[in-house]
Amino acid sequence: MLAQFLQFFFSGITVGATYALAALGFTLIYNASNVINFAQGEFIMLGGMLAVFFTQAGLPLPVALLLAILVPAVVGVLIEKLAIEPVKGAETVTLIIITIGASLVIRGLVAVIFGKGTHSLPAFSGDEPIQILGATLMPQSLWVLGVTAVVVVVLWYFFTRTLTGKAMLATSYNRLAAELVGINTNGVLFMSFAMSAALGALGGILVTPITLTSYDAGIMLGLKGFVAAVLGGLGNGLGAVVGGLLVGLLESLGAGYLSSAYKDAIPFVLILFILFFMPRGLFGARVTDRV
Amino acid sequence: MQKRAYYGLYIVIAILAVLPMVLPNSFYLDLAIRMAINAVIVLGLNLLIGFAGQISLGHAGFLGIGAYASAVLPTHFGWHPLLAMVAGAVATGLLAALVARPIFKLKGNYLAMATLGLGIILNIALRNEATWTGGPDGMPVPAFGLFGFELSNDKQWYWVVAILLTVSVWASLNLIDSPFGRALRALHGSEVASRVVGVDVVRYKVAIFVLSAVFASLMGSVTAHYVGFVTPNLADFFHSIELVTMVVIGGMASVYGSLVGAVLLTALPQALATFEGWETVVFGAILMICMIFLPKGLVPTLAAKFDKGDQA
Repeated sequence: MLAQFLQFFFSGITVGATYALAALGFTLIYNASNVINFAQGEFIMLGGMLAVFFTQAGLPLPVALLLAILVPAVVGVLIEKLAIEPVKGAETVTLIIITIGASLVIRGLVAVIFGKGTHSLPAFSGDEPIQILGATLMPQSLWVLGVTAVVVVVLWYFFTRTLTGKAMLATSYNRLAAELVGINTNGVLFMSFAMSAALGALGGILVTPITLTSYDAGIMLGLKGFVAAVLGGLGNGLGAVVGGLLVGLLESLGAGYLSSAYKDAIPFVLILFILFFMPRGLFGARVTDRV
Repeated sequence: MQKRAYYGLYIVIAILAVLPMVLPNSFYLDLAIRMAINAVIVLGLNLLIGFAGQISLGHAGFLGIGAYASAVLPTHFGWHPLLAMVAGAVATGLLAALVARPIFKLKGNYLAMATLGLGIILNIALRNEATWTGGPDGMPVPAFGLFGFELSNDKQWYWVVAILLTVSVWASLNLIDSPFGRALRALHGSEVASRVVGVDVVRYKVAIFVLSAVFASLMGSVTAHYVGFVTPNLADFFHSIELVTMVVIGGMASVYGSLVGAVLLTALPQALATFEGWETVVFGAILMICMIFLPKGLVPTLAAKFDKGDQA
């Protein structure tokens, strides 16, 4: 009983951590620009795929992983510079379509360059499972959870203790006011795309040894990250992390106890209920619109 | 509304009337039929996106309900296709109303999330309930017949769809010009202002959402009968995106923009087939370029170039 529950719990928080990283990515970009970046999932996929191919190309693991984070960050910045900045202030739906276009381009390029097969990455510290109260935990899960925890702490420090972080927060509260006090809001936009792409890629790299990856793996991961971000209250960093873990857990428990065929539907059923009863998500601020 | 807006309707009728004589072979006739079906769906969706300013990222799900109602009910329960089509539309309308009521108290991105979620859930259900739906492989759909007359060849389908499209264009033009349409445009402009002048904002939004969902469901049924086969791909996320893209590329809040968007995006995959393997990349790039350089869509941008006056 307990062993089974623990097993579902472990796999739940492991994928949940990836969703949390994706949700943080959504949140960063949303706060800087009000854009829902539908290409977020592609950064996750890109991180995983690039890590696979850089290691296969013979690069040492740390270099390969670093590159697999840097390249998506550059892609993120390119999207921001070429496609988001020129249309600032466009309608929400226009921006959504631009990011969807970007996601198709990335996905299509990966399919052309790396093929449509499924790929795996060796686990960072072996495949020897750890036994806990009858349940098994893969060492890679510890990597996923540990790195996510470090990222959350670093981000917290960044946003509360550094000038750049505070500038980004200020921009998310009120762009115009931020500009008036001399914050370079375009720089903030640039930063948030780079960071959110890097976060997504990091999540993709970490989880690839467990879940495998392929050119189309980003679609569902991205959408679930979006669910996590909305669940936590769009724009709320802490909410994104909690939302991610919660989505991962409920998905895993639901798949285990209710129906594995409907595993992918669980996050979406969850979000519909949340929107019905808690329309601003778990931690969303109450906002009133200025007319 | 200017009488001018209706000239467009006559042009549409003229094109639809001449088209079958000009089309060289059945391949193009089939393409024309699919363009017209998409155009009707996009007209409905544009009322929601363009005129009411709301986004649905799950419209293919509604299409799927209609299509599968027309496939499952006659096959497994022996229902008459017309009855099945109506049942699908009613079910879609009820579901849309049920979902919309709480969601429309929210704004923009939350509705996008809710409709996206709904679409994905519906699609997963279609894939999983294989006993009823045939699962990912899909299932055949019986032919559509009424009063002993059966729609069998593409020529007949063309005229049915052409009439549906004409009626939809006419109805859309009238709707926009009605008090209902004016209320929609008002709430797109400013919700608070429209509430102040007495527009029941939530009720109007729900009404237009339900209407566009029912449009989609009916056309889903038509698609299913026309193709004679349904698969869950009809109801997937990517198809929802395609439909929204048709609205935006053609031009939000433009009736004729909807037609242009539907025609272009239905033809595009055929045109891209030559790019073997690069289709997705080129399609994505076209989406981005269109939105960056023509954020208002083709028809409104071009219309603004040619004259500074109002257009439909």
